[in-house]
Amino acid sequence: MASKKPANPARELLFGDLWEFDPAPESASPHIAPRYDLFINGKFTPPRSKKYLASISPRDASKLSEIAIANAADVDAAYKAAAAAFPKWSALPGAERGKYLFRIARLLQDRAREFAVAETLDGGKPIRESRDFDLPMAAAHFFHHAGWADKLAYAAPGRSLAPLGVVGQVIPWNFPLLMLAWKLAPALACGNTVVLKPAETTSITAMKFAALLGEAGLPPGVVNIITGGGDTGHAVVTHPTAAKVAFTGSTAVGKAIQRALAGTGKRLTLELGGKAANIVFEDAPLDQAVEGIVNAIFFNQGHVCCAGSRLLVQESIADDVLRKLKLRMRHLRVGDPLDKNTDVGAINSMAQLERIRALVQSGLDEGAELYQCPASLPSKGFYFPPTLFSNVTMSQRIAREEIFGPVLSILTFRTPDEAVEKANNTDYGLSAGVWTDKGSRILKLSSELRAGVVWANTYNKFDPTSPFGGYKHSGFGREGGRQGLLEYAQLV
Amino acid sequence: MPPRSTASLRALILEAGPVDQVGIEERVQKYATRSIKKNSKVFALKLAVSMLDLTTLEGKDTPGKVASLCRKAQRPHHTPDIPHTAAVCVYSALVRHARRALGKSPVRIASVATAFPSGQTPLATRLAEVRAAVADGADEIDMVINRGAFLAGEIALVQDEIAAVREACGQATLKVILETSELETYDNIRAASFLAMRVLRNGDFIKTSTGKTSSNATLANNQVMLDAIRDHFLATGIEIAMKPAGGIRTAKQALTFLVAVKETLGDAWLTPARYRFGASALLNDLLRQLEKERTGHYQAPYSFSEASGSY
Repeated sequence: MASKKPANPARELLFGDLWEFDPAPESASPHIAPRYDLFINGKFTPPRSKKYLASISPRDASKLSEIAIANAADVDAAYKAAAAAFPKWSALPGAERGKYLFRIARLLQDRAREFAVAETLDGGKPIRESRDFDLPMAAAHFFHHAGWADKLAYAAPGRSLAPLGVVGQVIPWNFPLLMLAWKLAPALACGNTVVLKPAETTSITAMKFAALLGEAGLPPGVVNIITGGGDTGHAVVTHPTAAKVAFTGSTAVGKAIQRALAGTGKRLTLELGGKAANIVFEDAPLDQAVEGIVNAIFFNQGHVCCAGSRLLVQESIADDVLRKLKLRMRHLRVGDPLDKNTDVGAINSMAQLERIRALVQSGLDEGAELYQCPASLPSKGFYFPPTLFSNVTMSQRIAREEIFGPVLSILTFRTPDEAVEKANNTDYGLSAGVWTDKGSRILKLSSELRAGVVWANTYNKFDPTSPFGGYKHSGFGREGGRQGLLEYAQLV
Repeated sequence: MPPRSTASLRALILEAGPVDQVGIEERVQKYATRSIKKNSKVFALKLAVSMLDLTTLEGKDTPGKVASLCRKAQRPHHTPDIPHTAAVCVYSALVRHARRALGKSPVRIASVATAFPSGQTPLATRLAEVRAAVADGADEIDMVINRGAFLAGEIALVQDEIAAVREACGQATLKVILETSELETYDNIRAASFLAMRVLRNGDFIKTSTGKTSSNATLANNQVMLDAIRDHFLATGIEIAMKPAGGIRTAKQALTFLVAVKETLGDAWLTPARYRFGASALLNDLLRQLEKERTGHYQAPYSFSEASGSY
């Protein structure tokens, strides 16, 4: 019966367990081998070092597999194989190279579930993301560049494209298979051969991908995948055969690579860290902005170089946004990444978890106000609850350093100029977000923000046709689009 | 200078805040990725049955058809633990037949009134219809708003009419149909939700559609209205209920709508007093899925009556 009186004068919404979802673990088998050797010249080869490292699943801290550690001699063998394969591969008609890339893309689609489960077990990201984002996007990059392979003559009007030679590539642990696709697809489309090293903690999908190259019939030596830690990576980027080095990872390592390559005449592209500003104006569609803020920072546990880790909110709506944001965070599901209903999964490694904890502690020490999701985390494995810091100022570490975790720092501004000033006041310049109902403001800000990507009323959107890359300490060079393609070719 | 009335519609939209079309449509797609298995599925299927306004709104409705609908509403299936539906929903002229069929049953009688579905009759006629339906035994009145007046910018008139219908309802629960497909934009749907809620009582409903236009309840306009209900509740403490109607035919769709409720308004709205489905074909799909969960097998299609006409 309808009555005039409020039934719940306390105005509390209850997100309880009246209707709790039952566990829904993804059941496809990931087919992970107990041990992975190096993939050199089309064959799986034991490392000359005879050493292996344990690959740990962040989901429950269990050992998944053993990964070979390549030493300098292994890296040399990989470069020799790539150099030997180069003349034939680069001389193939573009349409022929395209055939292989199409085949790889289709194989990835066929085995998407298996690869998605492996990616989630290895890296800790929710199965929903590996299934709905990483795998489809990785396949899309191969499809896109397969299409370019026979159209290189039209990529630069009046010029033609020639391959560079052997390319050395080192990729990070946040999107292991997707970053592999971003790096390999344009390099192969242009006729280069490759030595690629996946990240130490996330090599499994790269090695599964190596096996898939065999099924695609790719000629031996065109792609060589070698694994290991920092020393192996150093050997890959400094090898004299490399005509170009492409690196995605931390700014510190990127700078070291640039120093090592100075004067060698080798090409270099770097895609490094970020501390992106996500700017919300008072006329923004607030509920969608809050959804976008959540997606910007908690996507992949915040292990995203373009994560919207600094929220800049116009002062007049700061309280409203904070209230809505806390409400939204109350029904984020944090936990087992293999469960199909999990929104935020496991932190990639113990080392990363410790770094996040240390930076959160610095935020507390410097007087910022903390809010965390009331989530009960699994006892085993590496987990960190989604976290907000309000009352953050530009001078605090949590406003300046890349945390690379599910931690959002909230700052306020009063005018558009102040928003731009604060957004640009950072060492980084990879991405930014603008939320407003006013179209002209979007256009103005997108030219004033010093960031490689500016998203308007959305965040974390990617497409193979759209170039991605940064300003300042976020690196140089672009990936994706025509611009990304040209990074792997010389104009003649 | 625009006429004053348009300015007030714009003021209402500004005050309620805009809705981003791309953003909200992307948001609701995530609800469909929730995986609902085993006990949580059975719970939700039964909850959906108990939230149904089992509806027949056809020119060819007869007292006999209404009586058979009422029997189905009271006992949807022969298995014992299936709940009765929340209500039956009929035209106002058939309310007395429904009352006779239901007697003192807990199944409530909802009547569409106010010249459903267009609402294009004089206010006095619409109010008289509401009073007649309530006098015949309707527990709930589903009214349509004056979309013509809303789009012409006469929002005070729209609100006054809703208030007048609410008075005519007396103790009966009021459901205000916005007819989202005729308001067209999400901005309008959100603004109209606030316009209605500000003159509604605790427990009254806002409802998406009549089911008589080309597009009916969608996850996105359901979400716009749930967001508005949440904001209104947090500002006033008044709990407005929600009813999507039309176009929800499968159990899977219904579960996705319930996920939206769970993750927007929380547990207090997961009850027939706060959330309803206006549907007819949905009931049999819910029953089919419940039988599948109970027996482990899908029953042959002919073991459930497909068309709402054959209840």
